[in-house]
Amino acid sequence: MNVATYTRYELLRTLRNKRFMILALGFPLVLYFLIAMPNRHVHSLGGTGISAPLYLMVGLVSFGTMNAVLGSGARIAAERATGWNRQLRLTPLSTRTYFRTKVLTGYMLALMTILLLYVAGSLLGVRLSAGEWLRMTALILVGLIPFAALGILFGHLLTPDSIGPALGGTTAALAILGGVWFPVTHGVMHDIAQGLPSYWLVQAAHIGIGGHGWSARGWIVFAIWTVAAVYLARRAYERDTKRA
Amino acid sequence: MDAGVTLTGLTKSFAGEHGVVEAVRSIDVSIGLGETVALLGPNGAGKSTTIDMLLGLQEPDDGTAHLFGGEPKAAVAAGRVGAMLQTGQLIRDLTVRELISMVASLYPRPLGVDETVEVTGIAEIADRRTQKLSGGETQRARFAVALVSNPDLLVLDEPTVAMDVESRRAFWSTMRDFAARGKTVLFATHYLEEADAYADRAVLMAHGRVVADGPPTEIKAMVGQRRIRATLPDAAPAELEALVGVTRAERRGEAVVLTCSDSDAAIRALLARFPAARDIEIAGAGLEEAFVELTRVEGGP
Repeated sequence: MNVATYTRYELLRTLRNKRFMILALGFPLVLYFLIAMPNRHVHSLGGTGISAPLYLMVGLVSFGTMNAVLGSGARIAAERATGWNRQLRLTPLSTRTYFRTKVLTGYMLALMTILLLYVAGSLLGVRLSAGEWLRMTALILVGLIPFAALGILFGHLLTPDSIGPALGGTTAALAILGGVWFPVTHGVMHDIAQGLPSYWLVQAAHIGIGGHGWSARGWIVFAIWTVAAVYLARRAYERDTKRA
Repeated sequence: MDAGVTLTGLTKSFAGEHGVVEAVRSIDVSIGLGETVALLGPNGAGKSTTIDMLLGLQEPDDGTAHLFGGEPKAAVAAGRVGAMLQTGQLIRDLTVRELISMVASLYPRPLGVDETVEVTGIAEIADRRTQKLSGGETQRARFAVALVSNPDLLVLDEPTVAMDVESRRAFWSTMRDFAARGKTVLFATHYLEEADAYADRAVLMAHGRVVADGPPTEIKAMVGQRRIRATLPDAAPAELEALVGVTRAERRGEAVVLTCSDSDAAIRALLARFPAARDIEIAGAGLEEAFVELTRVEGGP
């Protein structure tokens, strides 16, 4: 069994799916230009010393990568609807490898999102040091793990018809509550936000604007979401394939 | 003979629209290594449910399914099983050749991709994207996907549905060559001719039961019955059933319907005994009717 070959084809077919690529990669990019272009001369957003293009870039990096990784759910739902999952169950492909391939593909898309947004940001004058960029990217990739599992969970629970709105709604809610669009810094909302994986994903992206990454609380929230989402995703997969 | 497939007391029911549907009712089937067996039966006979259970896609309510003496899951994990299910499309955005390569990468001892393309005769569609194939072309590509695994057991559920005559011929010729390598093949069909032409043995299913199991020629004789229908108001079914060549007589209003093992003898005997019989029709019983007939003999649904 050659996992690398299998993963390569999985990635190839994802890249060839135009509609999906436009939604996963094009959408955050267009959104970035739409909001950042008119504000490209704002050098100190609300007196923070952070330029608007930079602030929006790190915000969209967290939104875009979350979107890219959760998108594997839509592809899984489509594969289930065509009966391809039943065919896969008759191959030696293990549950573990199946998940790993889906997660890897989602991560490739997330990396592409980060790169595209960084290129777009640099066109609008954003500069990050290599160290900042690497630390930001590394922590984002860690922070995406629960989202990868949530994508798989949704893919096995929902149909192709319902998954679009479900993923869109979830992404939007997690983005707003997690502080993608405007900072959540105090009050009840802040308490709620700190319990969400999207809040910590935003914190990871904010390394790009001088943030300090995750506190101990961040790692705990991340660990709880990861364990719960992986457990539920695995259960959904096994239940789904048993019934199919 | 070593066992390729062993089904013992296999049973499965579903909750259907009109109560519980007993899809498979305690069937026992054993298929030896290297045998080519047809699972024959009309739609709804329980063929697909049986196949799902023997592949481990569904859990039986009762009884067991074993492949090569072990659990179906173990045989699947070892890459010894290749299957073409009745339903299911191919994933999109890959060419047929790429999809075959992708599936091949999952198996320990796959056939070569070029070899698979060649033996399944799909060279002309190999570089097309899977979403651009016609129904018949999709079936042929699905067969290639099942075959590339180079399985010890090949399971095909109604493989020739949606294929044209030419594709069918090519398909069966490939299947026979594959079986000749000493592989075990099980295919489900509702065409008696396919079972007769391509299987060493046919297992006939109806209403979830195995109603016959033997060489296809025997099955053909069993189900190749004819029916005589005649208007004959004054004859008792018991008298008609006593006629030479008649296995069963039924009254339908003014008419009688005779199921015959030998319709030539039966028609002569009928006219000799009941000269008043008129509006006589003789027809080959359809497979469907023959199946129903056979299940009645075996104790009814």
